[in-house]
Amino acid sequence: MGYGLGLVAAAAVLVGAGWVLPEWALFLAIVSLAKGLVVLGLVVLWRTGLVSFGQGLYYGLGAYTVGLLPQITGITDAVLLVATGTAIAGLVAFALGFLLSRYREIFFAMLCLAFAMILYGILVKTEALGSTDGFHVVAVTYLGYAPAIESANQVLYVFTAIVVVVLAGLVGRYLQSVTGQMTTAIRDNELRVEYLGFSVRRAVHTKFVIAGALAGAGGAIVATAIGHVDPEMVWWITSGEFVFVTILSGSGSVIAPFIGSTVFELLRSFALEYAPNFWQIIVGGSLLAVIMFLPGGLWSLVAKWRASGR
Amino acid sequence: MLTAFAILVDGLVFASWLFIVALGLTLIFGVMKILNVAHGSFYAFGAYVAANAIGVYYEAGLPPLGGFALMAGAALVVGVVLGTALERGLLRFMYGRDEVLTALVTFAVFLMMEDVIILVWGADPFFAYQPYGLLGVTEAGPLVLSNYDLSLIGLAFTLCAVTWWVLNRTRQGRLLIAVIHDRELAAAFGINVTRMFTLTFVIGAMLGALGGAVTAPMISVTPGIGVEVIVLAFAIVVIGGMGSIWGAVIGAVVVGVSRAAAVHLLPQVELFVIYAVMALVLAFRPEGLFSRAQARKI
Amino acid sequence: MKSTIATKSRGGRARLLGLAAAATLAATIAPGATAQGSLKVGIVGFYTGAAAGPFGIPARNAAELVIEAMNAGKVPAPYQSAGAGGLQIDAVYIDESGGTAKVVTDYRNAVQRQGVEAFVGYISSGSCLAIAPVAEELATFTILFDCGTPRIFEDASYTYVFRTAATATMDGVGAARYVAAKFPDIKNYQGINQNYAWGQDSWRDFELAMKALLPNAKSEDSLFPKLFAGQYGAEISSLSVKRPNVLHSSLWGGDLESFVLQSSARALNRQTTMILTTGETTMFRLGSKLPDGIILGARGPYGVYARDSELNTWFRNAYQDRFATPPTYPSYQMAQALLGLKIAYDKAATAAGGSKPTSAQAADGLAGAEYEAFGTTVKMALGNGRQAITETAYGLSKFDKETGTATITDIIRFPAECVNPPDGAKSVEWIQGGMQGAKCD
Repeated sequence: MGYGLGLVAAAAVLVGAGWVLPEWALFLAIVSLAKGLVVLGLVVLWRTGLVSFGQGLYYGLGAYTVGLLPQITGITDAVLLVATGTAIAGLVAFALGFLLSRYREIFFAMLCLAFAMILYGILVKTEALGSTDGFHVVAVTYLGYAPAIESANQVLYVFTAIVVVVLAGLVGRYLQSVTGQMTTAIRDNELRVEYLGFSVRRAVHTKFVIAGALAGAGGAIVATAIGHVDPEMVWWITSGEFVFVTILSGSGSVIAPFIGSTVFELLRSFALEYAPNFWQIIVGGSLLAVIMFLPGGLWSLVAKWRASGR
Repeated sequence: MLTAFAILVDGLVFASWLFIVALGLTLIFGVMKILNVAHGSFYAFGAYVAANAIGVYYEAGLPPLGGFALMAGAALVVGVVLGTALERGLLRFMYGRDEVLTALVTFAVFLMMEDVIILVWGADPFFAYQPYGLLGVTEAGPLVLSNYDLSLIGLAFTLCAVTWWVLNRTRQGRLLIAVIHDRELAAAFGINVTRMFTLTFVIGAMLGALGGAVTAPMISVTPGIGVEVIVLAFAIVVIGGMGSIWGAVIGAVVVGVSRAAAVHLLPQVELFVIYAVMALVLAFRPEGLFSRAQARKI
Repeated sequence: MKSTIATKSRGGRARLLGLAAAATLAATIAPGATAQGSLKVGIVGFYTGAAAGPFGIPARNAAELVIEAMNAGKVPAPYQSAGAGGLQIDAVYIDESGGTAKVVTDYRNAVQRQGVEAFVGYISSGSCLAIAPVAEELATFTILFDCGTPRIFEDASYTYVFRTAATATMDGVGAARYVAAKFPDIKNYQGINQNYAWGQDSWRDFELAMKALLPNAKSEDSLFPKLFAGQYGAEISSLSVKRPNVLHSSLWGGDLESFVLQSSARALNRQTTMILTTGETTMFRLGSKLPDGIILGARGPYGVYARDSELNTWFRNAYQDRFATPPTYPSYQMAQALLGLKIAYDKAATAAGGSKPTSAQAADGLAGAEYEAFGTTVKMALGNGRQAITETAYGLSKFDKETGTATITDIIRFPAECVNPPDGAKSVEWIQGGMQGAKCD
């Protein structure tokens, strides 16, 4: 009961913020929240001790679904598009998961990367989809409502906020369930978990599908916001960036990825504006600083603050 | 026939280059379990320092063969300076922490180095083409082969032999193998693991820089050359089995020859070759071609 | 660092003044009314990464030079009035690196947070395709200065978006016409192009144009090395075995230079005639390392192909003085786009009657315009007056040993209507249909 109320409150706060934020911040918030979904998926994996260097694969699948589906079927409904993108990414993760759930550590990371790079190669080779130039994503509608061009971002923001709260809420529930709790146990010692009678492979497989579907949802929303998709969304640097934000966020809570993602987008945006020659140094330097001095990510600051407050 | 010969030669040349570039990465991973993304920075710095030095050197009209010594010198300097700085300044604080976090530390360093390169050398390209032409060409029918390219095969063999000799025939090398097998036990036997790590990292950095330095004469040295190398080197190391020298040799040859075959016979698939080989190998040999099975800890 | 991101001059102004003093004659476009204040203009290009050296930095250099001269009213006639519509241009330099999502986010931030009022920029076609709808949504006057894909104005129509350079279609058609004129007897041709949109499109246009112009020559299986491959050993061997008479390549930057170094060491240039569609950007860097007799393109009549004029002389000298190297085509394209900006706001200032012009007024000012730029005449002829066509030129490389500089011989110029499709036609279909309506005399 309390959990449900908390979610409604979170949705209300997020949606309410949409009326206060200036336009540039609204757009940045959409992108941050959507990318936060991808990071949330990585956090689920990371709690099991797994890191995927190929999350761009599912992110890109979600995005290309939003780009292609309207052209093929004429569907422009955002709910359907994002749901389909999420489902397709989840299905591909499910299929690849049979193979990938056998792997751990760096091999898992690299195999994920290999699959992502194969999709990257296919997209680059596909001239009908604009190769590396990509193509335009048509404006979406919401359950039959087509917002005017000026208010499109406000509506997309509200939509994104709702999707994020629902998905983050579901993930939070999952993490509290028995299989969800198994995550940290698997990271600490797989064999012991097996001896308890749980299938580690199935648990890893489930988490992988969750991560894939979340990345698909994130990609679908980003594609809608940017209005353009291209293979760079699948490239390893994009995947690396998601891992980066995961570390920045910390795995302490389902809220952490969205805080981390927002901080990262703000950091990059202002670094680029005020120090255009040094923005990579600033971004890299902050990553270093977080790993060295804030091992729990930004969330550990929140946790510390809450602990001292009580 | 001619095509088959060309595939073999091109494949071996490319394989040698891949091996030279990947050796340092696999060495560092084998000993320290660090997936070093900054290897791309070592490569880029090696290329820039070598190109810059070679440019100045030939401008001064000094004896042409000295250019080769400069390449080795560039690798040495970059390896010692950057390698020591990175290992002593950053990585030693990461020992005992998650491997992925350590990899991210090197990723952060790589990002920063990309800006540093533009700040130091600007965005304009550097050329160090003189050594490339110096060795002349070999004509094989219609094929004109560059002797510089062919000499890369020799260099790869030499590096391979030296590595084998050091690991198997010297005291330091045997100690290193002990560290690779079991870090804690080695430390318990009184091996100075910390010093081993620093040494390995500096040598790995030198090898990365050497890769850049020998590539410099073949290419236009521009910002961003490090990015491409990282993924290639990773692929080789993963295919061969992380940390295995023989694995790196086989990985390089497999990738090198398949890529050359693709270019000659089926240019459309060239883009996928490396990742397809990598996915195939991993699907059947999860730990790579040449990796020992790990005992599971209860 | 050769230059810093700043609009303020660093000693270059004094020289500029002297040079520009000669050029103050009658004006053809004198704004009837001028506005007061400044105009914040985003100048976007790759200032880091592999495309910085060949494209981004030369473009930014040109932008610094031209904006400074424009603000001071020192550009030769007919552009001698100060500013754009009387507004002083306040340039904000924005890096295009980091992917489309970042490029779009930066564009929005620049408009909504930094108050940028107009844009001149974008090198990658992917950026241009993504930015155009956003510019339209935010109703912000935007001139694309370099990107090549014809899809922008063929697949959509815009009010606020312009491109003052011709599309890449012109490069492919011009290259094929040059080959047909100079080497009509070739038996076969092949390509080596990077495996991404630019390389694929460049080869497609060239191949289609060749099939239309020289139907008897055979097109060999083209090579598509990975972008930023840097190593072309296997490709060069494969080309030596196949021996095409003509080799088309749209490689650029480090890849192009690496390919030239490796292939000339292996004597490929003696076995085949190479055509490098972006070769002009690198001719001065490579100098004597670029073999003679290679067909070089500049994506238009820029750089060494620029026509003699007072404007060109001023631009070349001022650029050479300030940056110690001649301007290449990206510099010309940027400078040409900035003239477009000035024309747009000069006209818009008249329409606004003294108050600050809007983006809509600026767009009206440039639509369908025809103007003299530093290299050639620019005609905003396609896409509802928003896409430029220009003439183009190709020629053969020749290193002048006496002066120690790279030069061009055997130049052939092709009029704009000869190498660009007519308004309303789609480029690919136009070439496939045998380039109907091309006026080449």
